[in-house]
Amino acid sequence: MPQLDEQNTPKVPTALLSGRALMCERDDRVLFSKLNFDWHEGQIVRISGPNGAGKSTLIRILLGLGASYDGQLYFDGKPMHSARYDFRSELLYLGHQVGIKTSLTPEENLKWLCPGASSADIHTALRKVGLYGFEDVLAQGLSAGQQRRVALARLYLEPKAIWILDEPFTAIDKEGVVQLEQHIIQHAQSGGLVVLTTHHQLAFDVQELALGVQATQEVLS
Amino acid sequence: MAQTFSLMAIFKRDLLIAFRNRGELLNPLMFFLMVASLFPLAVTPDPKFLGLIAPGIIWVGALLATLLSLDLMFKSDFEDGSLEQMLLQPQPTLLFVMVKTLLHWLMAGLPLTLMAPVLGVMLALPEGGYWPLVFSLLLGTPTLSLLGAIGAALTVGLKKGGMLMPLLILPLYIPVLIFAASSVQAGVDGNSYTGHLAFLGAYLALMLVLAPVASAASLKISIAR
Repeated sequence: MPQLDEQNTPKVPTALLSGRALMCERDDRVLFSKLNFDWHEGQIVRISGPNGAGKSTLIRILLGLGASYDGQLYFDGKPMHSARYDFRSELLYLGHQVGIKTSLTPEENLKWLCPGASSADIHTALRKVGLYGFEDVLAQGLSAGQQRRVALARLYLEPKAIWILDEPFTAIDKEGVVQLEQHIIQHAQSGGLVVLTTHHQLAFDVQELALGVQATQEVLS
Repeated sequence: MAQTFSLMAIFKRDLLIAFRNRGELLNPLMFFLMVASLFPLAVTPDPKFLGLIAPGIIWVGALLATLLSLDLMFKSDFEDGSLEQMLLQPQPTLLFVMVKTLLHWLMAGLPLTLMAPVLGVMLALPEGGYWPLVFSLLLGTPTLSLLGAIGAALTVGLKKGGMLMPLLILPLYIPVLIFAASSVQAGVDGNSYTGHLAFLGAYLALMLVLAPVASAASLKISIAR
């Protein structure tokens, strides 16, 4: 576990996204502590751990969505609090709720989620996620999986370096999963960083960041 | 450039959603209309007496109708996750909150302002009261939206925040109500009402500066689960 080894991690991080001595406590319970990591361009990182180990909490800490924590985060070698704007300009996040408006069509949804994209780009992206012919159907008429696919279309539209995906394979069918895995690999190969959580068996090698292992071991012994 | 672009996209998106769900927009207006139409039935249809209480009724109705509409401000965005997506945009939350407040005023405050003179006729508001009524609503309803955004942002994450928000923001609404209703009364009495309007304008200017900061901070608290 290189990312948990405090002695071997350099003091000034040079990676795209780094954490130093991260600690998070919730309801008087330590979710994780002394967490160090350096994530570089081209990496795929899986945050793993049992339910309640703090995977989603760690993701919210990375995003800067208010979760309280101790320790330091760095983006591109700069402390996160001074690099927040640059970080968010390079960030694409998909969470449990994906931000799809049910009274808008997939095309209209993508228009506000990716304001830079043209109609032609949006149509191509929707075709890639298998929503050809559904461009003008209100999202409330789509199934849960199709709504998630609308959100996944953002992965084809926005040229962002860092993807943070919380359970991206939820409600996606088999072919969709294969395609999404291919796309994630492609993104990493073209120099992006992918951070994801999933309980799904992945078809490719990832760097693991295991949370809550200690806690589980204590319970077992 | 990219910033204004995505704020415009959010603005257009919300207008489109509002257009698709027109019924929801009508709720506060219907409430406003009902309040004004029930008073003559319940109190007295005598135009003289109605003219006396008309400024108060119209302003109380407008204030309560605004309160009703505040719930919609961030709720659906919070529930479907688009609030997170908007807070994760690189631009400051402040700008986003200002766009949402402007949208709320366009969908609640402005229609109420346009509708108020009609209610004035229904309640036999004396002639001198119409201009101060419209001016006071034009200056007062944006303040109601700005202050309401703070309450809506603070309570958006709560499952049972129904009564909490009015309790939080009603005290801040009181100065608007007092000065607005008394400006209409001054107009009815044939006195100058510019002093009252000046106060409403000053309160609006103050809240334009302070309220979005408070709303943005409240949203960040609400989203931190």
